Amino acid sequence: MSEVIHADHHDDHDHGPAKGLKRWLFTTNHKDIGTLYLWFSFAMFLVGGVLALVIRAELFQPGLQFVQPEFFNQMTTNHGLIMVFGAIMPAFVGLANWLIPMQVGAPDMALPRMNNLSFWILPFAFGMMISTLFMEGGGPNFGWTFYAPLSTTYAPPSVTYFIFAVHLMGASSIMGSINIIATILNMRAPGMTLMKMPMFVWTWLITAYLLIAVMPVLAGAVTMMLFDIHFNTSFFNAAGGGDPVMFQHIFWFFGHPEVYIMILPAFGIVSHIIPAFARKRLFGYTSMVYAVASIAFLSFIVWAHHMFTVGMPLAGQLFFMYSTMLIAVPTGVKVFNWISTMWRGSMTFETPMLFAIAFVVLFTMGGFSGLMLAITPVDYQYHDTYFVVAHFHYVLVPGALFSIIAAVYFWFPKWTGKMYDETLGKIHFWLSFVGVNVTFFPQHFSGLAGMPRRIPDYPLQFADFNMISSVGAFIFGLSQVFFLYVIIKSIRSGQPAEGRSWEGAKGLEWTLPSPAPYHSFTHPPVVKDEEVLG
Amino acid sequence: MREIEQMKHQFMRTLVGMTVLLLTGLAAADELNLRVGVTDISRQVYDLHMIIFLICVAIGVVVFGVLFWSVFNHRKSRGVEPATFHDSTKLELAWTIVPTIILIVMAIPATQVLIAMYDTGGEDMSIEVRGYQWKWQYKYLDDDYNNTLSFFSVMSTPREEIYNQSLKGENYLLQVDEHLRIPTNRKVRFLITAEDVIHAWWVPDFGIKRDAVPGMLNELWTIVEEPGIYRGQCTELCGKDHGFMPIVVEVMPEAEFDAWYSSKVSLDMARQETIGDALTHEELMAQGESVYGTYCASCHLANGEGVVPVFPAIAGSAIAQGPKGEHLDLVINGVAGSAMQAFGRQLDPAQLASVVHYQRNAFGNDVGDMTQPQDVINISNGQ
Repeated sequence: MSEVIHADHHDDHDHGPAKGLKRWLFTTNHKDIGTLYLWFSFAMFLVGGVLALVIRAELFQPGLQFVQPEFFNQMTTNHGLIMVFGAIMPAFVGLANWLIPMQVGAPDMALPRMNNLSFWILPFAFGMMISTLFMEGGGPNFGWTFYAPLSTTYAPPSVTYFIFAVHLMGASSIMGSINIIATILNMRAPGMTLMKMPMFVWTWLITAYLLIAVMPVLAGAVTMMLFDIHFNTSFFNAAGGGDPVMFQHIFWFFGHPEVYIMILPAFGIVSHIIPAFARKRLFGYTSMVYAVASIAFLSFIVWAHHMFTVGMPLAGQLFFMYSTMLIAVPTGVKVFNWISTMWRGSMTFETPMLFAIAFVVLFTMGGFSGLMLAITPVDYQYHDTYFVVAHFHYVLVPGALFSIIAAVYFWFPKWTGKMYDETLGKIHFWLSFVGVNVTFFPQHFSGLAGMPRRIPDYPLQFADFNMISSVGAFIFGLSQVFFLYVIIKSIRSGQPAEGRSWEGAKGLEWTLPSPAPYHSFTHPPVVKDEEVLG
Repeated sequence: MREIEQMKHQFMRTLVGMTVLLLTGLAAADELNLRVGVTDISRQVYDLHMIIFLICVAIGVVVFGVLFWSVFNHRKSRGVEPATFHDSTKLELAWTIVPTIILIVMAIPATQVLIAMYDTGGEDMSIEVRGYQWKWQYKYLDDDYNNTLSFFSVMSTPREEIYNQSLKGENYLLQVDEHLRIPTNRKVRFLITAEDVIHAWWVPDFGIKRDAVPGMLNELWTIVEEPGIYRGQCTELCGKDHGFMPIVVEVMPEAEFDAWYSSKVSLDMARQETIGDALTHEELMAQGESVYGTYCASCHLANGEGVVPVFPAIAGSAIAQGPKGEHLDLVINGVAGSAMQAFGRQLDPAQLASVVHYQRNAFGNDVGDMTQPQDVINISNGQ
């Protein structure tokens, strides 16, 4: 055995990346594929952001000014789909690709060719989905939740392309997850037991299982839609004996774990950044792991809280109310642990730390509104209003998205060998922080006052809050273009970074030089407790 | 040191004071908070909302207080050396058990209100609420669930206001051609369903909302004490004009309601008797234009040009200029599997005849024939 390893090592020694376009098309290198995922998700983030700005421009004032209602519906639908499946999820997979092999001391992902395939499916999936916007009859216009029969009998002809695109995204996610699980379970350096794994690795391990469990459910849902549309079945058609509510049960059985798929890796990221800048070991590592596992388990038994108004029996309503409320317990444990990590630390506030602290505060606010939404009798008043829009944007934008941005700043020196410009980073943070709150905080009020979501025009009493919200959205949108500028400027002319780029950064990736060599840990590193546990 | 301690206390007192001020301000300002509403249920819901909200605020003040305390005090720039503790089973247990207890405290009143909301039955009257793209139909039912009176309720905000060509009225997007009327102090049961896609029926002031699902009957009930006009909107995305199908409920004193109801029923019967009478071209065109504006224009547009290919054009269409019988058949029976509804179930013969006549003689179409209510009656009778 040792001979074989030796031979491989010799072979790989001087392999740098190939040149030109071929490098990116045929790469099996986890760092290259991570980079591809990250840039792709950023491109999708900008596209989804432009759609959001169309929405906010139309809602700036009452009346119809810029777009027609049927186009508005395509904007809300594609904004949701692109942000969820095109921006947030691929960004986390990109981070997983970059970080997991380095954090567990592996030379690469376990299944490098499948890794290449799972990325290169995505541009085609999204190319196809976005192309429907230019087809006759327009693109998906039934909301990102695509409730039947609006998405079947009453859908535009392009819905078939949408179904195919969702299948492709699902295949990509499942392959990515298999790869991540195989890497984590098989390729950890000797001495890295499960309970010594970095939190980002833990959260992604659990997330990957969630993905494998629920993406096939989504695929089943869209396949049933396909059959209803083209092959005369009646899964969701009441006139043929089908049940539109069954669609929602299937969709949300996928959809609720999906929500945690978008937040668990964020928990992992924040659990690295806060200890690094507090210069203090993560508080309650074991309970953090158990909390993530509990959240993942609970995510499978709460789905119908999205459906409190469909008309369930009282016992069903009570079950889903209680199970949903329970999620607050492990989520609270995580927040308390982060704060205890900060407590009596020696904190500095570089850009990643600012984003991480904003994450803890604003995500918790999204958690509070989530708890309010869990209370069934009052949920009737909040359901499908802007209160819900405010809630899930608080957990997804200053939640998931802020954690991704924090991760980019935090590991940027490791990826590029350059430091980003701290002043520009802080400007980016404050613009984003102000923008996100000006956009989404007023939406709590318009929701409580009774404004339904997904409407292109609104009664006059909602005018003030919508105007504020639109202003905030443009501030936020422009500050992400500024983010692009900060990144490009730092790649070109940042100061050289040290191997351990942050004083308090712990973990195997920081034992490598910056930028990390194209092939790292071709020999397993020695795992020391003080390095991996902090 | 004592000075710093005092400053900290001062700071905390100010913080608490400001929070209390902010909260009372928030609760007092109408448009910042949930509506109290006008029913016993809506008031219970409001109270529950305030309890949960205040508990969340209290937790938030404590948690964020500790966080910001730490952010201000435990910084490297103050020369703090990091502590080395990283585990405490006691703390972990405490912040698992205490939140669980708080949740149980929340769940008790929530369960009580929910059980109260599910207290259906014992109703004084029943109304079927049926969602269509994009309007509501209300059917008053007798004790055997037979339909005694039914009508559509369609948004009446003019297009000029939506397209900013005229000033928006006070009830912009919240006004309909015919209110749903219910009496005060009687338990009204709503049976909610839909004809095409899923809609949701919501009157915020009653504290009730339910999805209207095709093929399902959902139940809601309310008892309103105060007469008045209460407005809401559809809250489930139902296609293009989801934002334009408001709900307006007029709650009338009991005697007034009874009088309105019997006069409405007899007016309806009188209209039934003359429904087959022939009309002149002018009468047909006038009624046809108004029916078209209410029932057809949202898809086929006011100028008849439609939104191709989803909503076909009527201007210059082969059907609107072809045989009358086929045109009537399409409008009466709709097109299965598409957004074209079977209007024979929504409109009476005079309305159907006039809207078909209008389509055949407007938007540049110039067939020149006459379509009469009797033609519709003949088709319905299978002739």
